Amino acid sequence: MASIPANEGFDAHDHAHDHDHDHKPGFFARWFMSTNHKDIGTLYLIFAIFAGIVGGAVSGMMRAELAQPGIQYLGYFAQILGTANPSFDQQLHLWNVLITAHGLIMVFFMVMPAIIGGFGNWFVPIMIGAPDMAFPRMNNVSFWLTFVGFLSLMISAFMPGGTGQGAGTGWTVYAPLSTSGSVGPAVDFAIFSLHLSGAGSILGAINFITTIFNMRAPGMTLHKMPLFVWSVLVTAFLLLLALPVLAAAITMLLTDRNFGTTFFDPAGGGDPVLYQHLFWFFGHPEVYIMILPGFGIISQIISTFSKKPVFGYLGMAYAMVAIGVVGFIVWAHHMYTTGLDVNTKMYFTAATMVIAVPTGIKIFSWIATMWGGSLEFKSPMVWAIGFIFLFTVGGVTGVVLANGGVDDNLHDTYYVVAHFHYVLSLGAVTSLFAGFYYWFPKMSGRMHSEFLSHLQFWIFFVGVNLIFFPMHFLGVQGMPRRYPDYAVAYTYWNEIASFGYVIMAASIGVFFINILYAFLAGKKAEANYWGEGATTLEWTLSSPPPFHQFETLPVIDDKAHAH
Amino acid sequence: MATQVVPDTRRNRKVGLIAGACALGMLGLGYASVPLYRLFCQVTGYGGTTQRADAKTAAGVKVAGKVITVRFDANVAREMPWDFKPMQVKQEVRIGERQIARYHARNLASQTVTGTAIFNVSPEQAGKYFNKIQCFCFTEQTLQPGQDVPMPVIYYVDPAILDDPAAKNIEEITLSYTFNETHESLAARRNAKPAKLVEKPLDPAQARR
Repeated sequence: MASIPANEGFDAHDHAHDHDHDHKPGFFARWFMSTNHKDIGTLYLIFAIFAGIVGGAVSGMMRAELAQPGIQYLGYFAQILGTANPSFDQQLHLWNVLITAHGLIMVFFMVMPAIIGGFGNWFVPIMIGAPDMAFPRMNNVSFWLTFVGFLSLMISAFMPGGTGQGAGTGWTVYAPLSTSGSVGPAVDFAIFSLHLSGAGSILGAINFITTIFNMRAPGMTLHKMPLFVWSVLVTAFLLLLALPVLAAAITMLLTDRNFGTTFFDPAGGGDPVLYQHLFWFFGHPEVYIMILPGFGIISQIISTFSKKPVFGYLGMAYAMVAIGVVGFIVWAHHMYTTGLDVNTKMYFTAATMVIAVPTGIKIFSWIATMWGGSLEFKSPMVWAIGFIFLFTVGGVTGVVLANGGVDDNLHDTYYVVAHFHYVLSLGAVTSLFAGFYYWFPKMSGRMHSEFLSHLQFWIFFVGVNLIFFPMHFLGVQGMPRRYPDYAVAYTYWNEIASFGYVIMAASIGVFFINILYAFLAGKKAEANYWGEGATTLEWTLSSPPPFHQFETLPVIDDKAHAH
Repeated sequence: MATQVVPDTRRNRKVGLIAGACALGMLGLGYASVPLYRLFCQVTGYGGTTQRADAKTAAGVKVAGKVITVRFDANVAREMPWDFKPMQVKQEVRIGERQIARYHARNLASQTVTGTAIFNVSPEQAGKYFNKIQCFCFTEQTLQPGQDVPMPVIYYVDPAILDDPAAKNIEEITLSYTFNETHESLAARRNAKPAKLVEKPLDPAQARR
């Protein structure tokens, strides 16, 4: 990296009109009216951690209830949430509210804000050598829209939602359950929450696209961008094209509910299956929105700790583009049981399996990057290798479920729950932790404890596998998802899954202890604390980077490899 | 060798606006999907959507030898005060042959009620080949208090069904109707006095002659 001056090279430069280079605004202006991409990234990360605790607590309530057959805790939880003497139906309604809240919070308010809003905001501008995002003010609007969306979802939990309080529709909000099936404002608040966070994400996507297209430093061509930037670029396009379709669909839900339209009501000539088509036209790209930035993070980490550029850089970049493109034409594999004819199922089966090709390219290229590399098993690397393993398990069950015929049997069983938690809860979240330990000292200026990071990884790895691997067995044996109760025959593996939850929760405790340790006793982080393998532009800046970086643009030399 | 930062706001605005237009375009496409989906269902018979034919087309259809069973099903939406039944459980028809099936509806309320019937056939791949020439479901039906009326359907099964590998082995098609009260009718009844049942339901034995 001879072309980029080493540590803090850009820091020293000063403008004539700006005497205090690192001048920060006061607390309120800095955190509530922020236009600084790093501060907004920090806000997103704090928000995502908070939402993750809420969503994780909800899954704890679910695992507690599922630990034994029968209904044990739902009545108790319903009372805590404000329903005095809940009837049996109200207790069961609470279950629907819990699964809805868990899904919506984890998708829209934990993974997306953390991986796109948090790491994307923090590192996309830095990695392309830009001083900030293209539209800093809009960046702030994005964050607060997401925040208000979360509030709206929280409010919905305390509103009447038909049988009990809260929106009990599932994260998919299928009609007619979400229209004529749920009276009361809870579902309206939940839908409105999706509108708000969706609008925030669309604005964020516009911001990322403009930033990446227009604000790259001289010499930083598209084909030299770090893979994390590529991943965010592809993700931004998916957001831009998929989220408005969701917005249209849920707006139709709102008007069906409140203004007498019949988009999804057969009585007026509508069709509830149309909602499913619209939802999954958004929903399938959405799962790639959650995982692609994770791919980017893993690429950076594997390259750093193998001390090699990523194997097959262009293939890696265009594999993500291919996943994004194909992701738009496979949506009906979520709807195999809605009465698709055989030919349609054949198409969607084949198209879905095609996605395994670019995904396989990525897995193989990560392994090829490590092959012959000078490996160093620092904590981010361990998390990244864990990611590759867990994501591959989820990918394999994905290929199983892609088959229309097999899915007729496995649809809406715990096999599906196991599959998407392996790619998301274990895949995306593992990549989040990998990215967190990779960049935390860069963002905070303090080193975390490597021991605690490794410890957290192993506890987490054991915990999540105990939760989710038995779900494959339960699913194949026919245990349906979305029920609080089950036949006694399913008790054994459910007990183990609930036990796994406790272990996973302990690992989150270690995570917070590690953050606490870093701020109380952590060593000051150097500019490039990972050493020679870390070659992207964020490692040329101090840790934490100056409040405004790259006021003079770095120039990327043609001969150097920026990725 | 460093270049001074020159923020190019015009270029940013241009890319930003194009991206914003893409988002708006997708929003529009989301709404455009509603009529497109309806069209798609009508053309392909997706979801068991039946076809509509005029008498002239139907007269030109060749009758194939194979006999197929058509079963009839009738439903009324919750809280709609109608009694609605098929007059026959099933019919054996030769493929391509025109047939008439009769339904029967009675208004049990003390007010005028208007409804529309929605329909589909099962199995769904038969929808493309199930042609209706005349049907009470083509228009809204209004029944006066206590009135009862026969509701005929004239239909035929397109012989092209025998050329479709996914549909040629079908031996039985179920035609199903569900009556829903129109919003206007429901609103009018709600504004009037509370509804009261005036007639007892049809005698099932009489209905299924």
